[in-house]
Amino acid sequence: METLLQQIVNGLVVGSVYALVALGYTMVYGILGLINFAHGEVLMVGALTALQTVLLLMEVAPGLPPLLMLAVAVGVAVPVCMALGYLMERLAYRRLRGAPRLAPLITAIGLSFLLQTLAMIVWGRNYHTFPALISTEPLEPVAGVFVTPVQIAIVVISALLMAALVLLVNRSRLGRAMRATAENPRVAALMGVDANAIIALTFIIGAGLAAVAGVMFASNYGIAHYAMGFMPGLKAFTAAVLGGIGNLAGAMLGGIVLGLVEAIGAGYIEELSFGLLNSSYQDIFAFVILGVVLIFRPTGLLGERVSDRA
Amino acid sequence: MISLLEARGIGKRFGGLTALDDVSLTINRGEVYGLIGPNGAGKTTFFNVLTGAYTPDAGEFVFNGSALPTGQPHRVVAAGIARTFQNIRLFGKMTALENVMAGHHIRTRAGVWGILSQNRRTREEERLTTERAFALLAYVGIARFADTLCTKLSYGDQRRLEIARALAAEPQLLALDEPAAGMNATETGHLKTLIEQIRHDGVTVLLIEHDVKLVMGLCDRVAVLDFGRKIAEDVPAVVQQDPAVISAYLGGGGDAH
Repeated sequence: METLLQQIVNGLVVGSVYALVALGYTMVYGILGLINFAHGEVLMVGALTALQTVLLLMEVAPGLPPLLMLAVAVGVAVPVCMALGYLMERLAYRRLRGAPRLAPLITAIGLSFLLQTLAMIVWGRNYHTFPALISTEPLEPVAGVFVTPVQIAIVVISALLMAALVLLVNRSRLGRAMRATAENPRVAALMGVDANAIIALTFIIGAGLAAVAGVMFASNYGIAHYAMGFMPGLKAFTAAVLGGIGNLAGAMLGGIVLGLVEAIGAGYIEELSFGLLNSSYQDIFAFVILGVVLIFRPTGLLGERVSDRA
Repeated sequence: MISLLEARGIGKRFGGLTALDDVSLTINRGEVYGLIGPNGAGKTTFFNVLTGAYTPDAGEFVFNGSALPTGQPHRVVAAGIARTFQNIRLFGKMTALENVMAGHHIRTRAGVWGILSQNRRTREEERLTTERAFALLAYVGIARFADTLCTKLSYGDQRRLEIARALAAEPQLLALDEPAAGMNATETGHLKTLIEQIRHDGVTVLLIEHDVKLVMGLCDRVAVLDFGRKIAEDVPAVVQQDPAVISAYLGGGGDAH
């Protein structure tokens, strides 16, 4: 029972991060019908930019309180990633707007490799320790469950960001413009929406969320490196598909569910497989889910019928 | 009469097909201007070029004394021209109210920051947008469906909703692409009343319509297109008697109702 509760807590934490990244996938898909496979790399750039900022701060202003340091690091990483998201759209995807769907897909994969390689050149191939600016020491256990301050911060900040996004999309002029563009970019433009600006904004918001997720990921595990975006990127994509790609609530739900399944599965995988597998095989769950969803319910948990426009 | 929109020598080709050939016309402020012609005469193409959906191959539009941007639909809306569609093109996942609010987009300013901080200006703007959208729904007579998903509305009401959405952009020129298509006689009658009201309230109307009776009863002036060229432009009574127009409709095998 304690294992289960503990794994539920762990799953919520990881699931929150997946959800933030999944939102970026699903928003871009909703508007362009494009799966931006380079989105995971934005998370990586966010984490490493934050790390770089923290290292710099530790040198020039070592007396700074850790929380302030982290805030500055996020304050640098988010705009950097937003610029990156904007540039990807502006330089690569916009030119491929009318192209057959395979072209932007391959471009996305290419961008993913490009960004990883650039990051490897800048930050090297080694794993970097990400300083624990928010404590990763567990607090007093409650009902036998250990929770760390950084885990609490991750869940709370994710929830706040998601609430802000829901407000933006459902209750504002920009959200209406985004939804209008998602339904029909040509008609939206004829109704006065600058569709290019709205599409760019979608990439920018998604990239900002991924940047925060990157810092969370690095803070939670205490490491950052050039390839760290790949796996969370794929998992978040799985979460988006699980929830119903194109659907915001679906991405959030999918992220949380995936995090829970993965964590709970990892907690019991040894018993389930009669000792054959251990918890380092936990990635199996995400991709089994992806396979099962794609075969039996391609529209996901909350998805409607996927239109042919893609 | 002051001219609101001048089309000067508009031309548009699709491959070998000349859809519009040197079309010039002037729409005066405050009038209802009809654009008619047999099927395939180029009426909808004219609409699409005017509203920026297509870029013209020749000519220009002068609106309110300055050149209209071409090929940039949202800037045309900003300049003061809003349209409806021959085949209804509402935002199907939105309620009626949200559709109208979306139409008001170009007249609002709030950015991401204002929205996230919910500052006073943003809240005030959103409140005015909502209020205005309600008022427009009432104006076209469908206020009771404000919170209904737009696809659940009847066909005639969806057409009204499109007009409300276009009016939300605060246009000086409202361009209606066959608004009576698929309507029964009663609905067409209501539509006529609505368009008269819109003109009365100071919005100039450009009307593409197949329903000749509606056009003749409603429009101050009418232009006739045939094979992409303007063959007549005058008050309805004169246009109706024009031999070129009669032959275009009868001889051309077009469907004059």
